[in-house]
Amino acid sequence: MKKTGSQILLECLVQEGVETIFGYPGGTVINIYNDLIDYPIHHILTRHEQAAVHAADGYARATGRVGVALATSGPGATNTITGIANAYMDSIPMVVITGQVPTALIGNDAFQEVDIIGITRPVTKHSYLVRDIHDLPRIIKQAFYIARTGRPGPVLVDLPKDVQIATAKFEYPDKVEIRGYKPNSQGNPRQIEKAVKMILAAKRPVIYVGGGVTLSDTSQELLGFAELIKAPVTTTLMAMASFPKKHPLSLGMLGMHGTYYANMAVMESDLLIAIGARFDDRVTGKLSTFAPHAKIIHVDIDPTSIKKNVRVDLPIVGDLRDVLQKLIAELKLTPHEVKTLADDLAPWREQIANWRQTQPMSYTSSTTEIKPQFVIETLRKVTDDDAIITTEVGQHQMWTAQFFDFSQPRTFLTSGGLGTMGFGLPSALGAQAAWPQRQVIDVSGDGSFQMNSQELATLVQYRLPVKIVILNNNFLGMVRQWQQLFFDQRYSQTCMELPIDFVKLAEAYGATGLSTSDPAEVEAVLRKGLETPGPVIMEFKVSREENVIPMVPAGKGLNEMVLAS
Amino acid sequence: MRHTISVLVENEFGVLSRISGLFSGRGFNIESLSVAPTLDPTTSRMTIVTSGDDQVIEQITKQLHKLIDTIKVIDFTGEDYVEREMALIKVSAEDSSRAEALRIADIFRAKIVDVTPRSYTIEATGSPQKIDALIEILRPIGIKELVRSGPVVVGRGAKGWRSAE
Repeated sequence: MKKTGSQILLECLVQEGVETIFGYPGGTVINIYNDLIDYPIHHILTRHEQAAVHAADGYARATGRVGVALATSGPGATNTITGIANAYMDSIPMVVITGQVPTALIGNDAFQEVDIIGITRPVTKHSYLVRDIHDLPRIIKQAFYIARTGRPGPVLVDLPKDVQIATAKFEYPDKVEIRGYKPNSQGNPRQIEKAVKMILAAKRPVIYVGGGVTLSDTSQELLGFAELIKAPVTTTLMAMASFPKKHPLSLGMLGMHGTYYANMAVMESDLLIAIGARFDDRVTGKLSTFAPHAKIIHVDIDPTSIKKNVRVDLPIVGDLRDVLQKLIAELKLTPHEVKTLADDLAPWREQIANWRQTQPMSYTSSTTEIKPQFVIETLRKVTDDDAIITTEVGQHQMWTAQFFDFSQPRTFLTSGGLGTMGFGLPSALGAQAAWPQRQVIDVSGDGSFQMNSQELATLVQYRLPVKIVILNNNFLGMVRQWQQLFFDQRYSQTCMELPIDFVKLAEAYGATGLSTSDPAEVEAVLRKGLETPGPVIMEFKVSREENVIPMVPAGKGLNEMVLAS
Repeated sequence: MRHTISVLVENEFGVLSRISGLFSGRGFNIESLSVAPTLDPTTSRMTIVTSGDDQVIEQITKQLHKLIDTIKVIDFTGEDYVEREMALIKVSAEDSSRAEALRIADIFRAKIVDVTPRSYTIEATGSPQKIDALIEILRPIGIKELVRSGPVVVGRGAKGWRSAE
């Protein structure tokens, strides 16, 4: 029996095991939406296409599965761009399906026509314009395969309306053959042997871990590797939850707002073992002074990440699971030498402990105003171990990374590469849709929250009990901090002069709103908010000009940290 | 340093924009780019002349490889290869310069492919250096129009490269 293109699309999604998608209907996807009613796919109607893509992104980050978003042509498609770019920068597996005007009209400036393939080319891993219904099953199969394999990323499929209406026999291919795409998953054994030699010769090694560990679900392998050689581990923002922060070998985050001891350890190290990280400028600071004494081993699935920003002494291209397992196996061949190494690193660990003691992560507490860091610390105290925390972008994001002790992978969803304000609420929505029973909390600032606050409606409609913590300082705090430190306190356009009544806002959508400016009430408000069924906004009016410290000013070396505000 | 890179790609809609977009988006330089289908009509072969230090060239080849539609990338620099470019050059051929233009074309083993009372169109093939030299010699006579194809290259020796491995 023949099926229409829109039915074939939905059949393919079912074959791929897709249970939940996020989207927004419109003229060129109306056929897909019509058929959707007949398929066992749960669709969540967000209030903006950007939020649909962020929700699919949050769903993917929280589960490791491919997130799926659906939008109409023209403005629907352009609204997805920020979401796609965000997923691309953080290597999130995602398939975005957009409707397109009929093939005969493409190029004619038809109503709601836009060249979305052209517009999104630099921010997608790959994209397809489906011109023939017979290609559709192969394209969808390839799209999912490309999105989740190798270095994951978003794939866009643009589906013209006439292809959705056309009919064909449906047959889903069981194999993927792409001659130009064969991701290399096996680490080269000779490179691994060399790496082991370098590791055994190191006196001051640091393991520097990036989002690759999260994406490949290899936090257990990482833990095994680190504990075997007893080397300190620092994580990027993207790897935050993939190495338990309370672990004795953990240095916390490195980089612009990293810990003093992580940055000092990197600067003094003689061997940097980079695992699934890409030496982003927010991590390295000034490149010419970065880790000056260190040899660098760089393990990554993506060859283009290697030697892009820094010189590398030993590149290893491969899947982290394979490489870490091989590294561990190779090290275990010489148990005596490994034991000696682990013992010999004692002075190095002691040096780091000293740095930690002289400059621990801290803030000045207050009994009169709420310190934002205190809210984050208290939040950790009152949440479940497996609570999923999302953030927006700005000061609250950095405080969350600094003061929340993450212990389980895929529990910290944040926009790292693109730095997208407005990511936190919709990504929390996606994570909650994936895990209805877990606590999902969006930590937000008053500025970021207003970039996608319309999604409160989606949360209430679908009974997604996301809790929202707003650290309200009536400022675009991070930019204000830069203006204070580097622009003579000229606060140009960073004061959010209109105070928003977030309690009333929550109530307008049928959610619950709580608010306090009293430090003594912080814990009680958090507890009450978490216990209240349904979506809840917990607003904390925090000290307005608190800064994120330490801070490496842009363009400075990692050892040139500003340590006090 | 100048590098000549051959790229075998899927002969598909939008591939050229993916390649050129990669170069412009990442700030890589393109001196020339030529593209046409190969013996296998499902693939096209591009010849890209670019320049940059070793690190930039390494990034260029890796980034080209990373594109899903790219099947194979070869940097011919340092290899033994034949490089040819074609130029069509319209020169003035008034009374005084008519014979001179012919003589120069002859020296460079170029052909006259179009003649008018006031001009010759010269077709020349050779290494980019030869084309450069021809242009310099013709310049005093008066070049009205110049079209260069950008070089194409092929490795020397009996072995050829095919689309599939």
